[in-house]
Amino acid sequence: MEVIPGHRVMGLEAPELAMAAAPGQFLHVRCSDSLDPLLRRPISVYSADRERGTVYILYRIAGKGTELLSRVRKGELVDVMGPLGSGYTLPKKGEGVAVLGGGVGIAPLCFLLAEIKKLYGPEKVSVFLGAANYTAIPAVDQVRDMGFAVHIATDDGSGGFKGNVVQLADEVLGGSYPERVYACGPLPMLKGLARRLGDHPAAEVSMEEHMACGVGACLSCICRLRADGEEPRYAHVCKDGPVFRLKELELLD
Amino acid sequence: MKLEVNIGGVIMKNPVATASGTFGFGMEYTGLVDLNRLGALVVKGTTLRPRSGNPAPRICETPAGVLNAIGLENPGVEAVVEKYLPSLKDYDVPVIINIAGDTVEEYAALAARLDGCAGVAGLEVNISCPNVKRGGMLFGSDPDSAAEVIREVRAATRLPVIAKLSPNVTSIVAVAESVARAGADAVSLINTLLGMAIDIKSRRPVLGNIMGGLSGPAVRPVAVRAVWQVYRAVSIPIMGMGGITSASDALQFIMAGASAVAVGTANFVNPGATAEVLEGIESYMAENNISDISQLVGAAHRLS
Repeated sequence: MEVIPGHRVMGLEAPELAMAAAPGQFLHVRCSDSLDPLLRRPISVYSADRERGTVYILYRIAGKGTELLSRVRKGELVDVMGPLGSGYTLPKKGEGVAVLGGGVGIAPLCFLLAEIKKLYGPEKVSVFLGAANYTAIPAVDQVRDMGFAVHIATDDGSGGFKGNVVQLADEVLGGSYPERVYACGPLPMLKGLARRLGDHPAAEVSMEEHMACGVGACLSCICRLRADGEEPRYAHVCKDGPVFRLKELELLD
Repeated sequence: MKLEVNIGGVIMKNPVATASGTFGFGMEYTGLVDLNRLGALVVKGTTLRPRSGNPAPRICETPAGVLNAIGLENPGVEAVVEKYLPSLKDYDVPVIINIAGDTVEEYAALAARLDGCAGVAGLEVNISCPNVKRGGMLFGSDPDSAAEVIREVRAATRLPVIAKLSPNVTSIVAVAESVARAGADAVSLINTLLGMAIDIKSRRPVLGNIMGGLSGPAVRPVAVRAVWQVYRAVSIPIMGMGGITSASDALQFIMAGASAVAVGTANFVNPGATAEVLEGIESYMAENNISDISQLVGAAHRLS
């Protein structure tokens, strides 16, 4: 189903996945049987309906693989591995929460918000969503319908605040971030967050990188960790992440 | 039906192994693959000291293939011996350690360190990695330097020594003959083909390491050709690899002269690939009244 232009939501009838999936985890999706593209595509779990046994993914059509995936029709089988990777650490009762999503990065955050709502309700949560323009932000209504306070930022000012989500969150929160911060979005946004909030004790971000195996064997999908020495330290996004504590990452160099 | 093969002293209960670098140290796949079904487990390239590998991006997808420049990220031989090998001891599968060095002395030291280590069935000597500044492919590019590495490794261990050859040479046959004379018990071929890709938006190479190694179905005809040529030139067994995704792919290698095959990139796409390849080989043998896999090894030569 198309949610906004170029973005699709796909529901997969997979009771075991729906039961097992945690917010922040991903599915490794084979987009077609062909050899080109060859590799699977890692796509975050967007929501899970445990009663109906359905797990949903939200993706942007970004290339050949996701283009082929978008042509899959209802009732066809899709080959997925998962749920893979580590998810977000859920907040404790009473903790304040800020959620920052850029573009399709909103996908794992929607799942997280649904879990937070189930546990504690939407009251202590501020949500900041952004993209280049208003029509490029998927799932705004879904987040609002869950009862969360949603703040919008767009690069071109076509909706909400003119600027990025980090600037917006700074302004709305008056520079004082709550105990829990969760983010997912493009690298420039995460860099902005790292500059602003690099030492926050609990801020967590979800990283994206090209992947091959998805299970920590091929060692392709690295991100840099902060290190004291000269030698770079790497983590593997598929296995050690995709969710990392912001303060552990070396996003600025 | 006899599926057992002997690769230079490594007894494999069937001819299907995992290719180094595509299966980690085995444990990454225990939830998805029955390691006991593998003919052999060839683990990630191991160096004397830990290596952090190359900067990102490390992979780039290409038509029916993948360019990778991992750069031999590995925890070092001590960690492999102390941590990874013990975790594999309960599986009924021969473990072949892929070793890589910057110098001949490092290869020899690795071979000596692993000699007599419980749980090591053999060594695959990586003289063909295209993604490191020193060592690797430099040794495998020249018959004399390849032989020098193999001679020193041979002298340092009683384990079966398998030389892993590079396709990025003028004559893979000359390198194969040279390592056979130097005491290699078997050869495995091919490692990846040196390649690169450019991002036309940024006008920069895609890979952090600029160049990388191409693997996947795109390289298979090159690999089958290499096995064919080497089979005619040397008498030691060949482990064939390069773009195998199915039993029919694997059978091409076997008929070209490989006694065993290794599945690499296909593991990323389909973790069940090794099992499917094995089952397909069994079906082919049953349908064609082949009682021993060795009847098929090099079969394509006997018709020509």
